[in-house]
Amino acid sequence: MYNIYLYILVMAGVTYLIRVLPLTLIQKEIKNCTLRSFLFYVPYVTLAVMTFPAILSATGSILSALIGFIIALVLAYRGADLFKVSVGACLTVFIIELFL
Amino acid sequence: MELNKSWYIKGLQDGIPISLGYLAVSFTLGIAAKNAGLLPMQATLMSLLNNTSAGEFAALGLISSQASYLEMAITQLTINLRYCLMSCSLSQKLDPKASLFHRFVIGFDVTDEVFGVSISVKGKLNPFYTYGLMSMSIPGWALGTCLGVVSGNILPRRILNAMGVALYGMFIAVIVPPAKKNKVLCGLIIVSMFASLLFTYLPVLKKIPSGFQIIILTVVIAGVAAVLFPLKAENTEE
Repeated sequence: MYNIYLYILVMAGVTYLIRVLPLTLIQKEIKNCTLRSFLFYVPYVTLAVMTFPAILSATGSILSALIGFIIALVLAYRGADLFKVSVGACLTVFIIELFL
Repeated sequence: MELNKSWYIKGLQDGIPISLGYLAVSFTLGIAAKNAGLLPMQATLMSLLNNTSAGEFAALGLISSQASYLEMAITQLTINLRYCLMSCSLSQKLDPKASLFHRFVIGFDVTDEVFGVSISVKGKLNPFYTYGLMSMSIPGWALGTCLGVVSGNILPRRILNAMGVALYGMFIAVIVPPAKKNKVLCGLIIVSMFASLLFTYLPVLKKIPSGFQIIILTVVIAGVAAVLFPLKAENTEE
């Protein structure tokens, strides 16, 4: 019989190592321009890839999610902060779904 | 000291939407944990120590099928490998003076969201900002998981649906404002979303596990961009 706590420890150990090794091993600023540029672009690409099209299946219907997505884009473009964009998207979905 | 404190408070504030989004996702995770036979204590401990949605969902499947510990380790490694890429990127954003201790603590919670918000600050990252984010988001994640196990239907479906977009809303708030002033970033985001769309729906490509899709797309797109549009020296602080 496998032990659930051991499973949890194995998971946590592997996941922590993945996260902590780069942070502790790379302490200096990287000088290589291409590598620096790559690491600068990474978050934008990763977050964009994770957001779309995944957001479309995050609610009860594609329509409410799509409108929530558009509202979030507009709010962010107009300079709203994290909280406002996030809650704005949630409220939009909530209101749209009241009519569906 | 004062500076650290104000960064910490700002982190707490920006951590609120993360916490809200986590509550919705981890609630579903808790329900899945209950179905996999975990006790509330076990599920909460899992969330406290792991902070990874895809990784934990996969783990529940493995636990209920009594997979080996090695299988568990390899699954977590592949699903969570994207955090390695994020940590590399974060290592350059972090204040170079940040001690090893700070690095060990921040490394505990490099999630998609905490990472995304951490890189959105201007200039170098003060570790205390990330601590603020962590102080809000880790309890949200663990509490949601616990509530999900204890009572599967405490939150109405409508509310959960609405909260489902909270995290994506945050990602958008992180990537859009810098893209307004930077045409390369703007193009990069559009290309990334389109490529991700293709990987989600095209045959063969859609068979690739989502963790790997993220890694492949990130390495290829950010790599090509780095070669075609290298940063000018003063440009990294944006």
